[in-house]
Amino acid sequence: MNASILGLAWRSLMNRKGSALLTILAVALSVALFLGVEKTRQGAREGFATTISGTHLIVGARTGQVNLLLYSVFRLGDATAEISWPSYEWLASREDVDWTVPISLGDSHRGFRVLGTTPGYFEHYKYAGGDSLEMAEGEQFDDLFDAVIGAEVAQELGYEVGTEMVLSHGLGRAGLQTHDNRPFRVVGVLERTGTPVDRTIHVSLQAITAIHVGWETGTRNPMADSISEDMVRGFDLTPRTVTAVFVGLKQPGRILSVKRSIDTYRGEPMMAIMPGVALTQLWEVSSVAERALLGVSLFVVAVGLVSILTSILTSLNARRREMSILRAVGARPGHIFFLLVAEAALLGFFGALAGMVLVHVLLAVAGPLLAARYGINLIGTGPGMVDVYTVLAVTGAALMMGAIPAWLAFRRSLADGLTVKL
Amino acid sequence: MTPLVDLSQVRFTWPKQARPVLDIAEFQVMPGERVFLRGPSGSGKSTLLGLISGVLSPQEGEIRLMGEDLTQCSSARRDRLRADHLGIIFQLFNLVPYLGVVANVALPLRFSPRRRAAVEGAPEKEAIRLLSALGLTDSDLLERRVVDLSVGQQQRVAAARALIGAPDLVIADEPTSALDTLARDQFITLLAGEAERTGAGLLFVSHDPGLASHFERSVDLTEINRASQTEPAA
Repeated sequence: MNASILGLAWRSLMNRKGSALLTILAVALSVALFLGVEKTRQGAREGFATTISGTHLIVGARTGQVNLLLYSVFRLGDATAEISWPSYEWLASREDVDWTVPISLGDSHRGFRVLGTTPGYFEHYKYAGGDSLEMAEGEQFDDLFDAVIGAEVAQELGYEVGTEMVLSHGLGRAGLQTHDNRPFRVVGVLERTGTPVDRTIHVSLQAITAIHVGWETGTRNPMADSISEDMVRGFDLTPRTVTAVFVGLKQPGRILSVKRSIDTYRGEPMMAIMPGVALTQLWEVSSVAERALLGVSLFVVAVGLVSILTSILTSLNARRREMSILRAVGARPGHIFFLLVAEAALLGFFGALAGMVLVHVLLAVAGPLLAARYGINLIGTGPGMVDVYTVLAVTGAALMMGAIPAWLAFRRSLADGLTVKL
Repeated sequence: MTPLVDLSQVRFTWPKQARPVLDIAEFQVMPGERVFLRGPSGSGKSTLLGLISGVLSPQEGEIRLMGEDLTQCSSARRDRLRADHLGIIFQLFNLVPYLGVVANVALPLRFSPRRRAAVEGAPEKEAIRLLSALGLTDSDLLERRVVDLSVGQQQRVAAARALIGAPDLVIADEPTSALDTLARDQFITLLAGEAERTGAGLLFVSHDPGLASHFERSVDLTEINRASQTEPAA
């Protein structure tokens, strides 16, 4: 019986294609908004959570711990201050510290961040629960002006091993002064990681110092061009400052005492953060906005569902004859009830399905844009159980919405009998 | 033999009305019988059909359909009896506009497993056979939407729908009022012939006494309805 009535409901909807399609569109847009918010939220969280692992502490100039995490790991925002090289040396020489990876940020190349670091970066930086960086092509930097680029840099700019590149002073895409007198050569391309590493150009710390010879005032000194590459190579290129330091401890159990010791370091104001704790704080900050967004999107879904109710209710009077015909050929009031509930469920189901497809198309398009513009990599946003649950929930809610006009039609079908004079 | 329809001392009054519209001492339709029920407009013909089909319930009396007292049946049981045993043809065709010709004819089979079981083979095949028996032989017509058919063609679709699944009784409520004389006679002949073939009783209702000759028995509602014989109080 149910399949039979479902068939009737489908044909009835097809008879009112225009209004049915508009209703499906309303539901689809509302579901797309809800799923979009949810998937972006989850994807961003997943992306953030898998970006760094195995690093016990991140040390930088004193600032907010979320801010330090964002600029050092996610390349979002800028450091307000740096830490001096002697402070770094103090940190690196501590007995409880197993390894350190200093990083220096500040320059860019065609919108991609440049990160000055040591070879230890490729050994100690871990992501996605412990994966190491792997070279897809070439090798790590060795020479002063070697660069190792992330997978997206290579893909987007079409770079490969051997490509020459010129770094820009500062961040941004256009209008920047360039370090065109110190070109770099790509010597390696990293495998894709799904983290900001993919969008980073890695050079040595000494290279960062080298390209800034003649830039001591913050802008290019006219004399800078007169200093040849060979002359620069002869300079002491030990950096004066670094932006942040990734730290691995010999005994992770001592993390709190090491952190306290760094936080209270008298040489200069520094702070150490535990990446996991900072991420938790980040979620706390963002969860209010997330909940608000989720709430709004749920309201929009409710509006979409109300459109189903409106669509069926407005057609109800015009369909009284149809109901009485069905009653005359043997349909019971329960059939009439089920017919309208089935129509609502079909509208909800196809609306939710269309919304799901729409959101995945949008994510496929917007995902790379988000990564390019904001450095946010959305992980795990492909079709999954949340889509299935959403489609089922919307279909179920539509079914319940449909019960209102269905009940009215049920009552009327009893009152109208077999003939309706309209 | 158990009558298909058996009314006894039935009185029916519409809500908020003082006088009954129907007051019938007795009325029967026997299995396979073709009965013509005539009466002027407003004489209560449609109300009587509503009572026989179990949609309306009388305030007094007994209405038996296939031997079951409808006044004692639950609403669900009355619906089941109607779905399984009655085929109804309306004056206003009343076809489902979003279904095609064949789907309209096969519609009752969706609601009655008993009538579905009575059909040998696919419902569509039986629908086409019935349409053909009622004079709709053009296969091109079967592809059209019912709203695109002529009045006469729509009425034949409605008749085929009432006949499908071999119901025990076919009720036709003024089905020929929109047809010309030739089409009307042809339609009644085909309908009666097909009803006879399946063994269904036929209760044909019309205000036109000229149709009586097509039927075995003719009943004047004004004669059996005592309510129409009493003058309203001044």
